[in-house]
Amino acid sequence: MSLDYSTSEFTINRDKDRCIDCQVCVRQCANEAHYYDDEEQKVCSDEHKCVNCHRCVTLCPTRALSIKKHELEFRANANWTENAIKDIYKQAATGGILLTGMGNDRPYPIYWDHMLLNASQVTNPSIDPLREPMELKTFLGRKPESLKVENGKLAEKLPPQLELEIPIMFSAMSFGSISLNACKSMAQTAYENGIMYNTGEGGLHRDLYKYGRNTIVQVASGRFGVHPGYLNAGAAIEIKIGQGAKPGIGGHLPGEKVEAEVSLTRMIPQGSDAISPAPHHDIYSIEDLRQLIFALKEATNYTKPISVKIAAVHNVAAICSGIARAGADIIAIDGYRGGTGAAPTRIRDNVGIPVELALAAVDTRLRDEGIRNQVSIVCGGSVRNSADIIKAIALGADAVYIASSALLTMGCHMCQKCYTGKCNWGIATQDPNLTKRLNPEIAVKRLTNLLHAWSHEMKEMLGGMGINAIESLRGNRHMLRGIGLSDRDLNILGIKAAGE
Amino acid sequence: MDNNKVSNRKRIYAKEEVCIGCRLCEVHCVVAHSQYKNDIVKAYKKSPQRPLSRILVEETRPVSFGLQCRHCDDPKCVKACITGAMQQDPDTGIVTNDESRCIGCWTCILACPYGVIKRDFKGRKVASKCDFCIDLGGSPACVKNCPNEALYVDEVRVLNNEESKEKGGTAK
Repeated sequence: MSLDYSTSEFTINRDKDRCIDCQVCVRQCANEAHYYDDEEQKVCSDEHKCVNCHRCVTLCPTRALSIKKHELEFRANANWTENAIKDIYKQAATGGILLTGMGNDRPYPIYWDHMLLNASQVTNPSIDPLREPMELKTFLGRKPESLKVENGKLAEKLPPQLELEIPIMFSAMSFGSISLNACKSMAQTAYENGIMYNTGEGGLHRDLYKYGRNTIVQVASGRFGVHPGYLNAGAAIEIKIGQGAKPGIGGHLPGEKVEAEVSLTRMIPQGSDAISPAPHHDIYSIEDLRQLIFALKEATNYTKPISVKIAAVHNVAAICSGIARAGADIIAIDGYRGGTGAAPTRIRDNVGIPVELALAAVDTRLRDEGIRNQVSIVCGGSVRNSADIIKAIALGADAVYIASSALLTMGCHMCQKCYTGKCNWGIATQDPNLTKRLNPEIAVKRLTNLLHAWSHEMKEMLGGMGINAIESLRGNRHMLRGIGLSDRDLNILGIKAAGE
Repeated sequence: MDNNKVSNRKRIYAKEEVCIGCRLCEVHCVVAHSQYKNDIVKAYKKSPQRPLSRILVEETRPVSFGLQCRHCDDPKCVKACITGAMQQDPDTGIVTNDESRCIGCWTCILACPYGVIKRDFKGRKVASKCDFCIDLGGSPACVKNCPNEALYVDEVRVLNNEESKEKGGTAK
């Protein structure tokens, strides 16, 4: 047996004066970092197993626990950081690719935080959202070139649209990567609040068909769970070409997470790995994509909008122009900060581009080509608060997708260990002992709270700009100013610098 | 009996599908019945005779739920009690044990069909069971402090004869 160089990432601090040895932490840690020593008659901890998920900290009745970064330090080195060194030790020991969960955590610039919003002062009065009506309603779908009106009515039928009370949707998270309780919570919240949630590539569980009118069903490269009933169950269909966390590669759900319900919903054998191939094996050109888009439209009788989801990568503007011309009604762009249940660390941290830049580039290109009306644009990949949403819409988005924000609402603490299947919060796991921890009644209340809070904040920001309807903000780059950005960045974002 | 007659009798019910088996209900029951009702640390470390928890989490993973006295409509423990320490309030239906009259004979434990009475050997040797936190006021401590809302208080609906037969006897 040779030395394992791995050292603990975190320390568990237990305040001896406060600990009452009630063993709640012992029972709640799926990683078994706490244990009861019968001989010593007290609770002890093994910090090597701790992943810093805060489950024990939150449940401890006397708040006796605290998790800190382990004090062990390497000699200060701006190049060979602790993580860079430890990654090599891990790969030397295992010979495998490094896996991780959630979104890119590297210190690249966050463009949301380099954009500032306008407020009305003297010449253009602001609006008080508590006294005046504010419209946050949005419609996603292909819009016609022009409107023909006869006798006060629309002369031609509009293409199918998705109606959203607020411009926010829950992004794709598959049943399999997350628990059924997590899916139920988002489905019910979308249903009760007039927005949409996305099934992800795990298919649609039979218990969730009742929320169909608020569901976007996803057709991904593995085609898991895709059958005619599935396609017609949702309000829209999304073809997943890529996702921001792992552009260019397919998804992987380990066989351990494929238990009975996941197997039934995905239509694959129990215990078998669910591997989504990198390209759809029937889409090798833009013409193939057009063929699939229209095959789905035929299968659903042209009653549902078809969305195409791509990762934000180089030349995203040209790609989106092609997708719009291929017949898509909605394009979803997922930036490199997007989350995932499992992705190779190097791909998550090094592939893809920020959604802010992609969004601006796509909106500008489609307007320049005169085809902006042919698609609605949805963007995702770390939308963290209501200000990010306002900025996204000002850059050109019709709506945003949120996922990490929704998971945080349901209890996630960003420990990035989703791929182990031991999520202590009952989210990224299929273990029945853990999934019961996510009570959908509580989760729906919390998600609804988030949507209400953000809606109110958005109305305040809109009112401050003197705008009373979200459609007056869409693509309105004049409402943004850049701060701490280069000329090139300002150019790509299509905004002026603060002070101009 | 009238159809759908709702009495003012309340019971604590458990939702086993969301019980996480943490046993925080047991911790808070102990604290609520100790002399330090607002200080968990003191209740555990300073109490010379720390009370027993009146709720016990029954567990066969992954199923678990908290179980306490059902405050039965026809309490066998009250009939069994030889000193009259076990009494039922005629209005609320709550069954309480007067520990000053209890002699620890354990006959109530033998009679209880749910096994929710415990023997308290510290101090005077008495039978210990759920009193619905009558003295505390507000929600019972276990219901108030469950982190996943797996316990709730609900009014008991008194069944008419047909419904009672359907359920195979008096259901509580």
